[in-house]
Amino acid sequence: MKISVIITLKKDVLDPQGKIIHQTLDGMGFSDVNEVRQGKYFEIDTKENDPKKATNKVEEMCKKLLANLVIENYKIIDAQ
Amino acid sequence: MKSSVITFPGSNCDRDMDVALKKFGFKNRMVWHDDVDLPKSDLVVLPGGFSYGDYLRCGSMASKSKIMKSVINFANSGGMLMGICNGFQILVETGLVPGVLLRNKYLEFICKNVFVKINNKENTYFRDINNEVLEFHIAHNEGNYFCTKDQLKEIEDNYQVAISYCDKDGKTEEQFNPNGSIKNIAGIFNKEKNVLGMMPHPERMIDPSLSGEDGSLFFNNLINNLK
Repeated sequence: MKISVIITLKKDVLDPQGKIIHQTLDGMGFSDVNEVRQGKYFEIDTKENDPKKATNKVEEMCKKLLANLVIENYKIIDAQ
Repeated sequence: MKSSVITFPGSNCDRDMDVALKKFGFKNRMVWHDDVDLPKSDLVVLPGGFSYGDYLRCGSMASKSKIMKSVINFANSGGMLMGICNGFQILVETGLVPGVLLRNKYLEFICKNVFVKINNKENTYFRDINNEVLEFHIAHNEGNYFCTKDQLKEIEDNYQVAISYCDKDGKTEEQFNPNGSIKNIAGIFNKEKNVLGMMPHPERMIDPSLSGEDGSLFFNNLINNLK
């Protein structure tokens, strides 16, 4: 099954890339943007067919490799 | 004194480090990331470069490579382990030193000489260096040191800030901070001070015909302290 995960920067971590994207959007005329935060998205196709087990495994992957928990949060958004 | 430099796919300062270590008397061996056993070493170095193309997060893949189990055991049993630039990024990913290295504040790759202030000389790396300030070289895109408030307090309480960006007189003001690092931090120790991670490259400062010679002070001092 396929598990989808998003990784986002924690609230007080500086995101220079998000800031530049915000500035660029502003320059393009999208002037009502308050803030842009950039993150990562992963689709993990696993042999495990039990949603609970697969989700647990992916959670372990997030903690051990996909996210650095000092600066990032992860969220499993889909399992199907 | 025996040293080992670990080469990861994408390391590119490994041979510079080899030249520097040998110049100051180390018997150095190059160790491949896919090896399991670490040769007997008095010093292990994780060199600069772009291990695994900086995929995912700088240093994240390299920190999980086969040799790193032995390297982590070596450091946990008191062995001297130094990570330079990408090596520092690998060290933070292993958790051997606290914090992380983010993208530089102004999104620029920075390549220039900088001055760093030595904050703590009660350790094997900097003991007996007479200078308070050294001129080193930096070349990085992700050197913006970040840690949580609690971590920062702990780091400062344990005197773990090894070097900070400063001017030639040792003033550590924000204007001398090239990359946005918290408190101008350029390098940190683990609690026990046997592990050192730093963004600057001492191995690039070992010959007057290169950028300078403050790296010579560093390596000379290091081998003397290890003897």
